[in-house]
Amino acid sequence: MLRIHCPVCGWRDETEFTYGADATVRRPDVNNVDPKVWLDYVFMRDNPRGPHKEYWHHVTGCRQWVVVERDTLTHEISGSYLAREVVG
Amino acid sequence: MSHYSALSILRHGLSGNKHWSRAWRDPAPKPSYDVIVVGGGGHGLATAYYLAKEHGIRNVAVLEKGYLGGGNTGRNTTIVRSNYMMPGNTMFYERSMQLWENLSQDLNYNVMISQRGQYNLCHSPAQMDAARRRGNIMRANGIDAELFDRAEVMRRIPYLDYSPNARFPIHGAIFQSRAGTARHDAVAWGFARGADKHGVDLIQQCEVTDYIWDKGKIVGVETTQGPIRAKKVALAVAGHTGHLAKKAGLRLPIETHVLQAFVTEPLKPLVDSVISFGAAHFYISQSDKGGLVLGGDLDGFNSYAQRGGLPIIEYTLHSAKALMPSLSRLRLLRHWAGVMDMSMDGSPIIAKMPVEGLWLNGGWCYGGFKATPASGYCFAWTIAKGEPHPDNAEFTLERFERGYQIDEKGVGPQPNAH
Amino acid sequence: MTARRLSYGGRIDRYRTITVEFDGRSFAAHPGDSLASALLAGGQTIFARSFKYHRPRGLMAAGVEEPNALVHLRDGARHEPNAQATMVEVFDGLKATPQNAWPSLRFDIGAVNGMLSRFFGAGFYYKTFIGPFKGTGFWMFCEKFIRSAAGMGQATTLGDPDHYEKINAFCDVLVVGAGPAGIAAALAAGRKGENVILVEQDHSVGGALLSAVPGGVSDVWLKKAESELRDISNVRILTRTTAFGAYDTEVFGLVERSQDHVKAPEVGKPRQRYWLVRSKRAILATGAIERPLVFAGNDVPGVMLASAVRKYLNRYAVLPGDRVLVATNNDSAYVAAIDLAKAGAKVMLCDLRQKGPKSLFARARAAGIDLKLGHGIVKAEGGKNVRGARLIAVDAKGKASGKEISVSCDLIATSGGWAPALHLWSQRFGKPEYHSNLDAFLPPAERGAFTCVGSLVGATSAAESAMQGHTAGGSVGKLDPLPEEDDFWGRGLLPTTVITRANGTTPGKAFVDFQHDVKLADIDQAHMEGYVSVEHLKRYTTLGMAADQGKTSNLNALTRMASLRGVDVPNVGATTFRPPYTPVTIGAIVGNDHGLHFQPTRLSTIHDWHMENGAETIEAGAWLRPWYYPAKGETLRDSYIREAAHVREHVGIVDVSTLGKIAVQGPDAAEFLNRVYTNGFKTLPVGRLRYGVMLREDGFVLDDGATARLGENDYFMSTTTANAAKVLAGAELLLQAAWRDLKVHVTTVTDQWAAIAIAGPKSRAVLADLTGADLSKEALPNNHFTNVVVDAVPCRLHRMSYSGELAYEIYIPAKSGLKVWEALIKAGVPYKLKPYGTEAMGALRIEKGHVAGSEIEGRTTMKDLGLEGFASSKKAFIGSVLRRRPLLEDPDRPSLVGLEIVGDVGAKAGSLLFAMNVPKKGHGEGWVSSATYSPALKKNIALALLSRGPQRFGETIEVVDFVGNQTLQARVVLHHFFDPEGHRQNG
Repeated sequence: MLRIHCPVCGWRDETEFTYGADATVRRPDVNNVDPKVWLDYVFMRDNPRGPHKEYWHHVTGCRQWVVVERDTLTHEISGSYLAREVVG
Repeated sequence: MSHYSALSILRHGLSGNKHWSRAWRDPAPKPSYDVIVVGGGGHGLATAYYLAKEHGIRNVAVLEKGYLGGGNTGRNTTIVRSNYMMPGNTMFYERSMQLWENLSQDLNYNVMISQRGQYNLCHSPAQMDAARRRGNIMRANGIDAELFDRAEVMRRIPYLDYSPNARFPIHGAIFQSRAGTARHDAVAWGFARGADKHGVDLIQQCEVTDYIWDKGKIVGVETTQGPIRAKKVALAVAGHTGHLAKKAGLRLPIETHVLQAFVTEPLKPLVDSVISFGAAHFYISQSDKGGLVLGGDLDGFNSYAQRGGLPIIEYTLHSAKALMPSLSRLRLLRHWAGVMDMSMDGSPIIAKMPVEGLWLNGGWCYGGFKATPASGYCFAWTIAKGEPHPDNAEFTLERFERGYQIDEKGVGPQPNAH
Repeated sequence: MTARRLSYGGRIDRYRTITVEFDGRSFAAHPGDSLASALLAGGQTIFARSFKYHRPRGLMAAGVEEPNALVHLRDGARHEPNAQATMVEVFDGLKATPQNAWPSLRFDIGAVNGMLSRFFGAGFYYKTFIGPFKGTGFWMFCEKFIRSAAGMGQATTLGDPDHYEKINAFCDVLVVGAGPAGIAAALAAGRKGENVILVEQDHSVGGALLSAVPGGVSDVWLKKAESELRDISNVRILTRTTAFGAYDTEVFGLVERSQDHVKAPEVGKPRQRYWLVRSKRAILATGAIERPLVFAGNDVPGVMLASAVRKYLNRYAVLPGDRVLVATNNDSAYVAAIDLAKAGAKVMLCDLRQKGPKSLFARARAAGIDLKLGHGIVKAEGGKNVRGARLIAVDAKGKASGKEISVSCDLIATSGGWAPALHLWSQRFGKPEYHSNLDAFLPPAERGAFTCVGSLVGATSAAESAMQGHTAGGSVGKLDPLPEEDDFWGRGLLPTTVITRANGTTPGKAFVDFQHDVKLADIDQAHMEGYVSVEHLKRYTTLGMAADQGKTSNLNALTRMASLRGVDVPNVGATTFRPPYTPVTIGAIVGNDHGLHFQPTRLSTIHDWHMENGAETIEAGAWLRPWYYPAKGETLRDSYIREAAHVREHVGIVDVSTLGKIAVQGPDAAEFLNRVYTNGFKTLPVGRLRYGVMLREDGFVLDDGATARLGENDYFMSTTTANAAKVLAGAELLLQAAWRDLKVHVTTVTDQWAAIAIAGPKSRAVLADLTGADLSKEALPNNHFTNVVVDAVPCRLHRMSYSGELAYEIYIPAKSGLKVWEALIKAGVPYKLKPYGTEAMGALRIEKGHVAGSEIEGRTTMKDLGLEGFASSKKAFIGSVLRRRPLLEDPDRPSLVGLEIVGDVGAKAGSLLFAMNVPKKGHGEGWVSSATYSPALKKNIALALLSRGPQRFGETIEVVDFVGNQTLQARVVLHHFFDPEGHRQNG
């Protein structure tokens, strides 16, 4: 069981969260009509073996989406911050 | 190479078992091959076997970074079944089942295919309706399926929880009698021995580190044992597909996730069939050695670690006791994990890639083991003929663009939900 | 073997004698005994039969590594298979029986397998039973016999009468293992003020110190240390507890066997506890497990590990034999030999080494031990009991030569070196490092938050172990000294564990894995056949795969394979250790989360009324909902038909509190809804409701429901029961990650509102009576809402219809749900108001042609469901681009239609649709998604998805239920069966 740091609530068990997806995948602009862009967004993933930024939802806590930096090979977590605070 | 039979056991036994020959050779890689299959798991070995056997393509190497069958082939819960209902899936898995049914004889290697039957339990009228639809599609495609009501399930598998204490009462089940289990390692070894017999070079401890390119075309691979050239490079590296695809400049509709499996201490026969719980992602069967083999849900996050965590262990054991209360005093002996290619619609990809010279077999999600023979058969066909076999015609990369998602669960593009 | 209890010594309570039973025989035992020591003291030699060859097996070990002595423990519902006799504490009335033996432990028919063993070598299953026949029948026939011969213990099918509990714990330091290293670590850390959990699988702390002769210096050390530990309030000592797994981020799984040492748990106490421990760091002091030597007959009862013999002698006061042959390749067996000699046994010690520490030799000789250097055992003689052994001279490389010497003995104690118990470390970090001087895999002393101390990292003595622990714990306070011994196993160890004749053969079966009956010959054969990597070796021979997980066999097998291949041990590979360290009771991990508590149950605030009024309930996700309210003697079908008809004729109420409810608030709420729903929401006036459809990002339909605009910036969204959580989480992600510019807040209010649907021609009258409000068509048209008061409870009344009737939904503060329900029941009396359940609700919505979960099944588009009219062409919304993918717009896709079934028998949902007179093969042209008997139409109807459906109205098709063996005909019609113009709902 992973222990994840929620920027709002502190260290919490993995079971308080649900996993989202790759947090580097950005939703295209609402008015974008290029199917290729949407196909990439919805279906395609880098799926790295190593460092990974990913969304976790603190669903039984503060309900914030948290971006967690975690290594997919070792499961080591190197940082976490709120999705709403991601720059860019 | 000796032919295996009761007679050969007797002969070798009488001479002190001192003259067995190697199950497969241990060759050094040649400078080039017609086809290189990357990945010496069940799928890669089966592909090589059928390339040689069905298509006469024998100048083939299988490159394995570790040891044969060391990935998901040797880590799964060994269930085989053909209860798929989406067009594009149904007949592929049924082909696999038909290949399984004669695989031991075909390979002259007992893969212990045991058609013990599989129950998928239903816990609501809606689940019964969904099971009926699935069963009807199976039957309309010539695949055996039966729908049982609660009373019949009780009669057949009396040791489940039918008491008022069950949180999700059993309403009935869909049953496939031809489903069952196989001995996973034997499948890898049987295909390995079969491929080797047809002249395929099986090269272990040989990790592919990159591709060899010529004018935008893949013409071979760089490996830890040096460069090896090939007319065609075929990937069958479940769990690591994304990694090798990336080196070829491909992004795929795949995430890598970890899936655990569990076994109890060995017991005298207790559970005769494969039973899948409908109220949670859980299934149980008993191996020939006597251990109860349990399977659960994904840990749920991207991982290449081949190591699972406590939440899913709890989830799985909760499900086990909810389904079968008498399991409570038994002991969990071991749990382990494999890494899965979880695709965006829960179905695989067996196709030629947009990069010239590269073929891909991946995205198996949980379904890889049962698919092994058909996967090899269809992948070999696709590589040999340059076009897919009708049974894998829909397993393309382009299907997402076309809008053909082969989504057995109807959960959409969320890999960890398939 | 002539074991007997000594009249002195031991760490047992001699003042109390209790009785245990094994195989129908009674044995006297003392508290402090293990079942193994008690049986051994009583002269039991055979404890079990082996897995494959059914060979008689005695005790090999005295701890968790015991591979042989597995027994059935207790009986009835508390029956438990595969209990290790060495780990079972005795209690009065303990009853154990042998397993895997028939007809009896002494005479087991299965032993015939042993005679045929040459045909049951490695991988024999794979080479035979293939049969001359096609298909799987022949193998399955053979498999039946194999399955009943395999397995070990017999499981019960009775439910477990005991209960278990789970404890969530946090600490600064988790110390695993309470030997000298662990105790010293816990002491130092505890003195420092850290929160410490010290875990020990034994019932007493002390580890290897408990195997020393009682009354020595180490006992004084132990007593003092334990008493200080118990006085430190921030140190928690958990005995009878196994740390079974080390998981990511310093999370550990522990199982405490809190009441397994008594006949039945005390009332109210759990049998076992599962501790889920989150620690900041871990100190592993898990010790090492002795390796047996491999030689012919090494499984004959009476061949034991030297450390086990010493433990039985010193801890349990059982002398396992009078004429003892000790065989070793290292120093550690000398203390066992000396203790045995001092206890009166006649001891011969053969050391594979020519050279060794003079001091030890001198001590051994002084104790009267016959030392035979440069010799090994090539064969143990005896069948059900050791009678003697044959020795052979061995050179400095472990190679045998010369003539065999016969010696007589009744006990053989062996030591092949030690394997550090690095399981927890390896579970977490993978491959350890091989140290050739110790012939062992060791973890590094430090890695991440883990510190390894003691024998685990090859400490040379208890004193050094304690010192390492003290340092790891933080070096606080004074460490009392322990005596320095000179019996460190690693000093000058000869890395030879396999003893063969000069020609490389063994004069009989030499076992490597005792529990799975894997012989040396099997490893040799695996090598011959090319199964040479450690994983192939394990899987091909089943070595290390038994319930002991190869604790005594893995390393011996690896070194054998390495020598066959002529490579170093690490080139063969290292075994990957998988949790749990020792088998874990399933019930312990489950705790209380079983039966009705398997998963939480959600109930509406009106639930009690439903139960009191005879409702049958149905699971809907986590919710329990009223399914139907049967009158006396009614079936489900009778009830729903009556309830649905009653709604159409009079009025009915149904509890819809389970609907997902989301408050959408903020200045950009309208814009947000406009993006989330396919239809426009910007123009929705305050006071109005609008039905909306949501898609997934990939363009398939996700959910539908009505949203009310409560105020300028305040919306109330409803979702289906099933999708509530998914819709909310998705909305939160969009707002927090993608659309951060939108000023919107979404909050679930599902639990804050109870909701009741009131449907039927009399619904307006009932509500008007109840609320006194003007609910006329003009005052409250369809898709409008108004605030009302019922019995002083402020509620919101939505006018909307799911059934096609004149209908309303009333939203009530959750705590007043029951009150308003009862008020409705009362106000409805003059209008014959009745409650109805979800089954009737389903029938009504099918009549009206509303889609639900069986149509919105994750693979259907708006067009498929006849909802295309709700897709705005003027704006972008979630899924608006990808829903245009070619195959999603294929005109041949199955689309929603109604079916009128011909004849009196209804169709079953899940049936397939075919055109008339075509072969009934393939996937059909569609399927029945929902079916019901329609009381309004007085016929069987269904909703279905049919290829080109809407173009086929009037066509008769076939409805085939293969698994139900039923073929029907049906006429394709518009899916709005009932009041398609909507006169009723709008009237």
